[in-house]
Amino acid sequence: MQLSERDERMLAGDHGPAAKLAMSILVRMADVYGADSLMDVSQAHIDSTIYLGDATLEFAERLASLGARVVVPTSLNVSGVDECGWTKWAVPADWAAKAARQMLAYEKMGAVPTWTCAPYQTAMRPSFGQQIAWGESNAIAFANSVIGARTERYPDLLDICCAITGRVPAIGLHLTENRAGEYLIRLSGVSDALQRDDQFFAVLGHLVGKLAEDRIPVVEGVTARPHEDHLKAFAAAAASSGRVALFHIVGITPEAPTRDAAFQSRAPVRVVDVTTEDLRAARAELTTAEGRDLDMVILGSPHFSLEEFRRLAPLVEGRRAHRRVRFLVTSSRFMKEQADAAGALGPVLAFGADVTLDTCILASPMLPPDIRTLMTNSAKYAYYAPSLLNTRVTFGSLADCVASAVEGRVVRDEASEALWRE
Amino acid sequence: MARVIAGRAIVSGAAEGDALVSGEPLSFWGGFDFQTGTIIDRHHPLVGVRASGLVLAVPFSKGSSTTTAVLLEAVRAGTAPAAIVTTGPDSFFALASIVAETMYGRSFPVVALDATDFASLRTGDRLRIERDGTIYSSGEEHPG
Repeated sequence: MQLSERDERMLAGDHGPAAKLAMSILVRMADVYGADSLMDVSQAHIDSTIYLGDATLEFAERLASLGARVVVPTSLNVSGVDECGWTKWAVPADWAAKAARQMLAYEKMGAVPTWTCAPYQTAMRPSFGQQIAWGESNAIAFANSVIGARTERYPDLLDICCAITGRVPAIGLHLTENRAGEYLIRLSGVSDALQRDDQFFAVLGHLVGKLAEDRIPVVEGVTARPHEDHLKAFAAAAASSGRVALFHIVGITPEAPTRDAAFQSRAPVRVVDVTTEDLRAARAELTTAEGRDLDMVILGSPHFSLEEFRRLAPLVEGRRAHRRVRFLVTSSRFMKEQADAAGALGPVLAFGADVTLDTCILASPMLPPDIRTLMTNSAKYAYYAPSLLNTRVTFGSLADCVASAVEGRVVRDEASEALWRE
Repeated sequence: MARVIAGRAIVSGAAEGDALVSGEPLSFWGGFDFQTGTIIDRHHPLVGVRASGLVLAVPFSKGSSTTTAVLLEAVRAGTAPAAIVTTGPDSFFALASIVAETMYGRSFPVVALDATDFASLRTGDRLRIERDGTIYSSGEEHPG
């Protein structure tokens, strides 16, 4: 492998012990990836912020104690604790203290404390064609697919090495020729009305994640015009049920103005037709609860955006969540401020909702054990919560989540249900 | 050790253990409890099975970027698989082993097999992995 002079100096320790450590890990990984050389990135997003236990903390503090500094603008993913709000929840004090230490370690490295899994909805959103090193599966898929920025699917612990060195292996999704579609997934007889249902893109993402295996999927036949948060839901779902780091939707995403462009004029390796029946089955998989019991409505994986607060506000305006049901929105400090300034936060709080920042229910042990049944509009929450939290989940639209919270048990809009039955 | 399988060492190392095999990819975050070494992904066929000390064979990692960090925790806690076998070089699994070696002086081999050899593995086969990626298997020749 060909290293630049600067790479060699870093590896030799001329840029300090932290850069030496980061470069030594990066060089070994470049070999795993089969890279001939390293290349520059101009931004990073660090998923290693998630506190799991002593190892994640020791890794962060080792780097920080060696004087690590990021050399490109770097945003930070969720942490293991809502730094200012954790005492309202079941988070053990020892966990909170260690998670906060891990946060501090990454802040010391000069990263921007964004504390969000939706960095693409902050001021640090990258641009089309920008070379970046991002961790966090949903953010990787969104940045590549919806923005057209370029990142490989980076794991925790490597993302920070890229940020400290400003370098990545010159491989994979950084290179144009590796961004071509491989599997063609065609919507077959899926009505426009169903496509405009609020749950549609999350369900489609869940299904595409499974169908895509380890390939780049191209979805054809989308007639609806999804808003950004629908594409965010698609990306998060596909990166949970599968390993999707880049997808194309013909006529929607920037590298897919046409099917031919999405495939870079190559032929699909495989063609799969998706019917309404397939989508109905995929949607059913996301609901693991039986019956209509409801302990909590949970929104915001990935973190709730300003636009999502704006859509939620009129739904909850003048209403009140049932006294037995907790209603929680997970978001970032930045987005909460934006929502407040836009007048969209007040109605949500008046409804009886809590807003948790910096983290989420999957990354922080915050839920008390009496919360057994959840309802969400997030396919990512629906996918992971049963395994991670031992809870049962009902998946539904944003409006159904609100209606159910008011009612105190799961209710569904009949007109939307009819679309899924057709 | 009847059968010899030519694997590619993605992270070199020697290990021996019983095979735990699935054709379904796995996310360790949300899929593996590093405190017990048990697979917990309710969508995965191996849910409920303890993978500690076994040679885990899954085609590739899926889902969360935090898979690597969970595996690092597992190495530190002594609950990691003895080795991981995949169908292609999997950067998530490889990185966990490389960082574990850097941090704790302990690593596990990661070996890539071609699809036919991977499909010939069976849960319960005794596997011995050599540093060059060669796998000696007690298992019979299975049609891929």
